Amino acid sequence: MAKAKAPAENFVSTTNACKLCKPLGATLVFKGIEGGVPFLHGSQGCATYMRRYIISHFREPMDIASSSLGEKQAIYGGGANLKKGLLTVMDKYGAGLIGVATTCLTETIGDDVPGILGEFRREFADLELAPVVNVSTPSYSGSHMEGFTAAVKAVVEQLAQAGEPNDSVGCFPGFVSCADIRHLKDVFASFGIDATILPDYSETLDGPALDDYEKLPSGGTPVASIRALGGAKASFEFGATLPPVGEAGTAAGLLAARFGVPAHRMGLPIGLRASDEFFKALEAVACAPTPRRHALERGRLLDAFVDGHKYISQKRCVIYGEEDLIVGLTSFMAEIGVIPVLVAGGGRSGRLKAAVEAACEGLLPEMPEVREGVDFYDIADRARELAPDFFIGHSKGYRLAREMNVPLIRVGFPIHDRFGGHRLHHLCYLGAQELFDRVVNAMIEKKQTDSDIGYGYI
Amino acid sequence: MSDLIFEERKDQIHRKGEGPFKLACNRDSLAGAVSQRACVFCGSRVVLYPIADALHLVHGPIGCAAYTWDIRGALSSGPELHRLSFSTDLQETDVIFGGEKKLYAALVELIDRHQPKAAFVYSTCIVGIIGDDLQAVCKKVSAEKGIPVIPVQSEGFKGNKREGYLAACKAMFTLMGTGDTSDIGPLSLNILGDFNLAGEIWIIREYFERMGITVVANITGDGRVGDIARAHGAALNVVQCSGSTMDLAKMMKEKYGTPFVKVSYFGIEDMAEALYSVARFFKDKDPGILVRTQELVKDELAVLYPKLQAFRKDLEGKKAAIYVGGAFKAFSLIKAFRHLGMSVVIAGSQTGTEEDYEELASICDPGTIIVDDANPLELSAFLKEKDVDIFVGGVKERPIAYKLGVGFCDHNHERKEALEGFVGMYNFALEVHRTVMSPVWKFVPRRTGKILAVEEADLPKECTL
Repeated sequence: MAKAKAPAENFVSTTNACKLCKPLGATLVFKGIEGGVPFLHGSQGCATYMRRYIISHFREPMDIASSSLGEKQAIYGGGANLKKGLLTVMDKYGAGLIGVATTCLTETIGDDVPGILGEFRREFADLELAPVVNVSTPSYSGSHMEGFTAAVKAVVEQLAQAGEPNDSVGCFPGFVSCADIRHLKDVFASFGIDATILPDYSETLDGPALDDYEKLPSGGTPVASIRALGGAKASFEFGATLPPVGEAGTAAGLLAARFGVPAHRMGLPIGLRASDEFFKALEAVACAPTPRRHALERGRLLDAFVDGHKYISQKRCVIYGEEDLIVGLTSFMAEIGVIPVLVAGGGRSGRLKAAVEAACEGLLPEMPEVREGVDFYDIADRARELAPDFFIGHSKGYRLAREMNVPLIRVGFPIHDRFGGHRLHHLCYLGAQELFDRVVNAMIEKKQTDSDIGYGYI
Repeated sequence: MSDLIFEERKDQIHRKGEGPFKLACNRDSLAGAVSQRACVFCGSRVVLYPIADALHLVHGPIGCAAYTWDIRGALSSGPELHRLSFSTDLQETDVIFGGEKKLYAALVELIDRHQPKAAFVYSTCIVGIIGDDLQAVCKKVSAEKGIPVIPVQSEGFKGNKREGYLAACKAMFTLMGTGDTSDIGPLSLNILGDFNLAGEIWIIREYFERMGITVVANITGDGRVGDIARAHGAALNVVQCSGSTMDLAKMMKEKYGTPFVKVSYFGIEDMAEALYSVARFFKDKDPGILVRTQELVKDELAVLYPKLQAFRKDLEGKKAAIYVGGAFKAFSLIKAFRHLGMSVVIAGSQTGTEEDYEELASICDPGTIIVDDANPLELSAFLKEKDVDIFVGGVKERPIAYKLGVGFCDHNHERKEALEGFVGMYNFALEVHRTVMSPVWKFVPRRTGKILAVEEADLPKECTL
């Protein structure tokens, strides 16, 4: 692999960002709660832009309410619009929960959202009000993933209650696909574990064809289950670049600190090794061995690794996207013999490099180049020098992959130039199997396309 | 109407025939109503976006730039700078101490890197709040780099999309009057309000060229800074999408005396009328132009008509709903649907004016629902009530239609199919036909009721438990 050269110039401007803004992540979390309506406190455009962006990936309705602030409110404060908007959403949508996320506008004009919500509850104490959760998501600090993590934490912080210990287990998987959430539910169920997965947009953002427009799509994490997390038996939290559990900066950390719920923190279970770690932890929590169907999935995966290894061995890839996701993808690539040459994230957790190195330990002769806080100008610049065999990441890398005439394996968010991105599996043995097949087939297809003969038997 | 969804919005919905026509519009969106509208920034970005040899720098936090990165179908015949997404990605410290320094450095860096012909700098909500002096920074960089660096006053909260259109027109207007116009002939025009989605402007330019007319500037599809700088030398402005560029046409008329005609390139009559109105304008300068234009229209229709008749056989009697950004587009769509034997039963827009809605109401059939600034709850209720076969709109409307089992046609800035011109009418009919006639609708709950038993009572009679 290319020797490390002087770090790329530190550009002032951003060209083709490899991240999205903080409130977007929060809206996804609120959409994953039963009866939840995401509400952006800011000007109308933020809600509309995020709606259309999210719709392009999920191809599902994504209603995000807005306090629709205008110039007057920007000067005098948005409190009145926020209250009015909340009432409208409660009344017209019959919301089970409203998740209010701030935008750069309301953060900067200094609206005290918790204070306004307190006033709101007092002013309308005679009405039956839906719970309102709020999270501070100034878009000038952090990426959509930090907004996502902050919203999960805010939900737990504001809803979970101390109570009788119960049999539930919390699971905070991070920003994974709808199919992944469904698979996680299966996995927990097959171990006999009563899991509360937060968020769960597997139905709300991947619902069935309907006869009527559901104001509140069915599905989502029940609010009562979130409240009961205070008495949970344990929690699982995926994410290798999250703040350490001890700092209570995440949902699992908070449950541990406030209610003494033991936290199992691990990277996203992508690939064999990371899935093993997850299943081992499940065995411990369930006091039971891994059910045969998952053991078989593991066995088939390993068999596929052997059958397919020569098609991909020593191929070089560039991995980009959300930090936790790319850590998982990198260790997976490393374990199947692909050489990750560049791992690039748009976030700035400060923890990406260490997380990649920990996840790849013992698998690679040389650690990949890891860059955080990059945009696609940086990625392109470096990728042209590194000449990878393929890219793995979301749709935004397409132009670069096309320019370099190498395959792009689409993973993550957004996938808006392919169909069904939210139905792809990535997690556990099943997800690794699907990813592995896609990687191998991408290499076979490339070989076929580039061949003068066009072998139909490979 | 049956039951109002939002009491506060009752005067923004009208059913033709129920009382005299009156529709409230151009009003702030109701908080909490999930409006389909965007913001001022969006309006500016849409209009200026396709100027392909300019740098478009969004001064603000990352979202505003990220959500507008290469999402549109505007094509360029040359440079493609417009397809990149530039941002100052403001951080907390910039918000506290001001973002001017970062803006300056970003502009210098990007201009050196890309050598654009001009730079547009968009202000976002937050820039309006922290009060960065965009004018001053732009002026300084302009002097240093020798290219126009133009601030676009597009703070998101300062109104709706329409204010953004105006900001964009003002920005473009500053470019005008600076280019050499000496070689522009008398039979010349500018195309305003066309964004070259899927190469549409190339279709229109070809028609004008066949008529013997030179196009000076495309504003803004496949746009070039140099062309816009000399656009004041053209004899006529042809304005489509009047909502977005009428302000520019008016400014040019006032300052340069350039006359304008308002047109639409969608559908048969409107496309033909667009060409005829231009021909009429030039008939004194070129007496042969009317005949040439008639020939053109005749030739195109000879190809198009038989094809449309084939579609019409299947589509006769079907019902359509329209919800678009600007109301003007809805007029052409209603006429286009009539050519396919279809009727429009719902028509609405995000930003129509009183004038627009009056005109809209005048061409609609009785019973048509006319709506301003709608939302998913209203739109879905109307679609069901009218039992439509196809909905025309954009990305945010699509899942509403699909979820309910209704066909859909994308007619927005993101589309990748050319719908303008005579060939565009064919493409439109083809798309309508493909979606309306798809067999998938035979299976959706709207047509079949519940597919799976949800209660014991729904189980098949012969079922034994």
